[in-house]
This record gives sequence, C-alpha cells and structure tokens, in this order.
Amino acid sequence: MSEAKIRVLVAKPGLDGHDRGALVVAKALRDAGMEVIYTGLRQTPQQIVATAIQEDVDAVGLSSLSGAHMHLFPEVVRLLNEQGAGDILVVGGGVIPDEDIPQLKEAGIAEVFTPGSSLSVMADYIRDSVQSKRG
Amino acid sequence: MSDFKTQYDAWQAKADKSSSRFPERKEEFTTTSENPVKRLYTPQDVQGDYMDKLGFPGEYPFTRGVQPTMYRSRFWTMRQYSGFGSAEETNQRFKYLLENGQTGLSTAFDLPTQIGYDSDDMMAKGEVGKVGVAISSLADMERLLDGIALDKVSTSMTINAPASVLLAMYIAVAEKNGVPADKISGTIQNDILKEYVARGTYIYPPAASMRLITDIFEYCSEHVPNWNTISISGYHIREAGSTAVQEVAFTLSNAIAYVDAAVKKGLDVDKFAPRLSFFFNAHNNFLEEIAKFRAARRMWAHIMKERFGAKDPKSWQLRFHTQTGGSTLTAQQPDNNIVRVTLQALAAVLGGTQSLHTNSKDEALALPTEESARIALRTQQIIANESGVADTVDPLAGSFYVEALTDQVERDALAYIAKIDEMGGAVKAIEQGYMQREIQNASYQTQMAIEDGSEVVVGVNKFRIENEPKPELMKLNPELERTQSAQLSELRNTRDNEGVQAALDALRQAASGTDNLMPHIVHAVKVYATLGEICNVMRDVFGEYQPAQW
Repeated sequence: MSEAKIRVLVAKPGLDGHDRGALVVAKALRDAGMEVIYTGLRQTPQQIVATAIQEDVDAVGLSSLSGAHMHLFPEVVRLLNEQGAGDILVVGGGVIPDEDIPQLKEAGIAEVFTPGSSLSVMADYIRDSVQSKRG
Repeated sequence: MSDFKTQYDAWQAKADKSSSRFPERKEEFTTTSENPVKRLYTPQDVQGDYMDKLGFPGEYPFTRGVQPTMYRSRFWTMRQYSGFGSAEETNQRFKYLLENGQTGLSTAFDLPTQIGYDSDDMMAKGEVGKVGVAISSLADMERLLDGIALDKVSTSMTINAPASVLLAMYIAVAEKNGVPADKISGTIQNDILKEYVARGTYIYPPAASMRLITDIFEYCSEHVPNWNTISISGYHIREAGSTAVQEVAFTLSNAIAYVDAAVKKGLDVDKFAPRLSFFFNAHNNFLEEIAKFRAARRMWAHIMKERFGAKDPKSWQLRFHTQTGGSTLTAQQPDNNIVRVTLQALAAVLGGTQSLHTNSKDEALALPTEESARIALRTQQIIANESGVADTVDPLAGSFYVEALTDQVERDALAYIAKIDEMGGAVKAIEQGYMQREIQNASYQTQMAIEDGSEVVVGVNKFRIENEPKPELMKLNPELERTQSAQLSELRNTRDNEGVQAALDALRQAASGTDNLMPHIVHAVKVYATLGEICNVMRDVFGEYQPAQW
C-alpha cells in the first residue's frame, strides 16, 4: 500500500459563489491528513481538469449549489477520461436532488454527498476509495 | 440592595445544590456567538440609563424601532424573494404572490445575470434561469414587469456587481409605462463588499466597484429619490458561516466603508444616508437574534451621528429587511423547516424588521414550489394577524436577558469594528482576507459542533427517521438556455446596432474618466445594449477582481 499523502482537489465549477461547504470540506480533509488544493470560484470543467492533472491529485471533489451540477459534473469526468486521467476519483456535493444521483453515478461521479453529510464519512470514503485504487 | 444580594446568594446556593443532584444539560451554555449564557438574569445585568440606551421608538438611538408606532400602523412589508427560469415564468409567480397578499416584489436573478453575462455567453452554460430569472436585456425586463403597476408596487432586486444596469432597466421600463423615475420605489442590493467576503458574485476590483456604487448614490439622490440605493447585507455573511456578532460587525464595517467613499466623493452625508438600507439574517437562536437587531440599530445611530456627523434623524435610522436563515434548513424532514422559519420570522418581527422574506420548506432541496412558497408567506401572515406580537412596540424590551444580550452583542461587534478600523477599514480587511478567515473559522467550528453532537440539528444528528417520504420538487424548463439564446440573437439582429455601438463607446469613455456612469448606462440600456455588452465594456476598462488564494 502506498504511503504517499492523498492529494485532493476541491473545486467550484460554474458560477455558484457559495463556497462555505467546499471550504469546510477542504479544511476537514486537510485535518484528516490529506493534501488539499482549492481552486477558488468560477472554474470551468476544463480549468478543473487541467489543475487536477497538473497537481497530480488522487481525487476531485466538486461542489455546486446552483442546480448546474447535471451539466458541470459529468463534463469534468468526461474531460478527465478524454485526457487519460480517468483513474482520478471524482465525488460531488451540494444541493442535489436524490433523483439526479443515479444519473450522476452513471456518468462516473463515484459518490454524491448531499446536505447533512458528515465530514468524517466523506474523508473516510475518499481515503478508502483512493487506497483501494492504489492497491 | 443588600436585601437583593442576600436573597440572590441564597437562590444561587439553592440552585447549585439542585444542579448537583439534577445536573444541568450542559456544563456551559453559550449563544451561537460563543457568549456564555448565565443561569438567570436580573435587574443587575441591565446597565445604563433608559433614555440613553433605549429611548422611545422612532427616536435616537432607535433601539426600540425606527418608527414611533411600528406595526400598530402597518405590518412589515411581506416580500418573498422569487425568480427562476424565464422572465414570463417569474412574472407569473410575481402575480401569484401579489394575488395572495404579498405587498412588495423581490427579484432573484440567475447567476449569469448576477455576474454580468448574457444567457448565450460561454460562461453561462448550465446556469441559465437556475437560481433566478435570466435577464440579458431591456426586452427581458419588459417581459418580467409586464402588467405590474410600478407606481404602486415597490421592487427589491438582489443584484450587486451589475446593479447599475438592472436599475437602469427598471427605470427604462417604468418610463415606457408612463411612470417617471421619481415615482418608482424599491431597493437594489448593490453591496459589493459582502460579495468579496461571502457570496462570490463580484466582477470588478474594489475601487471600480466602489465608484459604481457612489455614482448610483449620486444619480438616485437627484433622479430616483424614493429608491433605496443599497442594501448593506449581513445575510450572506451569516450564510457563509459567521456568528451573529460577526454578522453585525462586518455589515456595519462595510456600511462605514460605503459612507466613507461617498463622503470622499464630496456627497453630503444627509443627502444619501437616508436611502441606505440593511439586510440581515434570522437564525435559530431566538433571543440572540432579537438582541442582534436591536444592537445593530443602536450602533448605527451612534455611528452616523457621532462618527459621520449626520444631522438628519433619517440618516441615523437603520432600516432593514430580514430573510430567515437558508443554511439552517435541512433536506431531512423538510416539514420541520416550517417550524424553524416560524421561529426565525418571529425573531425578526420582535427585532423590529421593516420587511421580511420567509424561506420555503423545500429550499435545502431545490427552488420552492408554488405550494411551499405559499406556506412560507402564510407563516408571516399568521404571525402578523394572529399572534398579537405586532400589537405593541418592541415587546421584549426590559427583559433582563434581552437587554443584557443586546449590550453584549453591541460590545463584541464594536470590538470587531475597532479592529477593522485599525486595519484601515473594511476594504483593506477584505483584501487581506481577514473577514473571510474569521467567517471560515466560525463555520468550521459550527460544523464540528454538529458532527460531535454538541449542537443539535433535529432530524439530522438527532431524532432521525429512516425512509423519509420524498417531497414534490420544483422542475425547471430545460429548454430555457436555447430559447434565451434565440431571443438574444433576434434582438441583436433587429435593434439599431449603430446606436448600441455609440452608446457603448460613450460608456467606455466615461468609465475611463470620472463622469458619473449612470446616465451612460441608462442610455445604453434604452437602445437595447445587453447586460453582457455593458458589463464587458466595464470589464475591459476596470479589469476583474482576483481573490487571494485559499
């Protein structure tokens, strides 16, 4: 098993400026021993994918509260695959109706965390998934 | 006095004994602002002179309210924030709410509109009409306000970076409908500092943003005298995770920065200050929220009179809109949100708000349905008409605890303001990321307290149920982005494009100099230059704001 620190990119795709959740998650992952990069607001899927590849991250966490997730989240996965980085774990969170979740998972979003999700559950999920990917 | 002391000590001993047998629920009780809450408050906790600290409603320092009779004459304005999809759909929701007894309009714009992009801009992809109505040109604004009597209804528009453009569109529609600018009333949020701090829909760097805002102050004091030119907002600061004390402190610090900027521009404080308005949040900690509103009013009165030397009593009054706390709503057991909203709305009314938006129960899941929006409005109507709390002014005054807490909030918020003053004011503090860091720390503490269960959220970390029934959610028209784009191309093909170009050139020239920008923006809007075109001219001249790295 690899001992290298898990690297996570926390990203805000689209125009949504509500980053309270993203910042809390970023801090919690950092406290859980991961290296966290936060993109800041208003990133296009292209920018997020470029940063993810450049920073050589294990996982990308996407946050959106504006309802644009069905357009923005799958686009990130598509571009990662297109650029040969399909092994990067992608998770999402925000105000996301339950009925959208199956479609997001089908599009390659590994897990979706909705309001009320626990920070430790999120951190454990990312750690376990990345470690099993690393083998 | 000695009698009081003897009996108080005796009670204390008795209470200590009782709590050793029946331990209190917590070792330490605190408010959300981490202020310790004592077991009991008595007259000893209330310091100072009544006239000096409270006085009478409608009189300095306005602790008890800005009007002499408050809700005995007229209830607060019931102003439900609403907007989604196309201008036509939002127009229908407006009419529905007016028919149901709402007394003012409040418009939510989608994110592209809030950041100055047309619906067909690349950056708008996936966001058109999602969190508000899409408005790209005067033609959209005409559809949005169709059939609404603009001389009778006041309209609040939640718009900040491009506030000048949306206000110009509103003025243009009113004029077309035969209502002159001096007869319209409403509010533009126009508070850019809190966008840098908490909400993220900024465009330009601070100096250019501050210029646009003071240009609006100046233009409106002459041409649109009944318009509230800014709504200085603690709402988003609180939603980003601040405490109640930080909400008051940062909002008033931002307000001080706006007044400073306008005074520096040479405006007479009493000319624009009466049109400043405020926007606060109402969260769950009921008594602290009431104290917060009362403290904010008293603080602002002191600031305007003593710090800025304002002479007009209207300049001393802090008038505010309140919205109940969006981030306190839970996706779990959404009906519980009706109860939360009721408590929060009651706190706003007991705190003396001038207008109120009550959130709908389903907002942690999606935009509200028509039904949930109606329940939210009915919540206000029940408080107003059935509870009796509106029948006397400031009914909680004199409560030992509420007065002590009002003093405490004031003291703590003033300490923050002094610190920000030392840093060189709100703009400097924001540029250094100070407010942002304070808020992030508070929000992280809150989340940790929820995680470890020391802060209870009913239905989330306690009293959960399995297999929750799924509520019916609002559905948005997925075709909107395409129809908006089609309408925009048609507009660009049919308008007088030479006239548009000339208007944009004149705006560019004004932006590069020191002219007031408002007349140029009003002109550009009237010849159907789009929001994106107007904002892009200013983007070219002013540049775009780049926040500090996290």
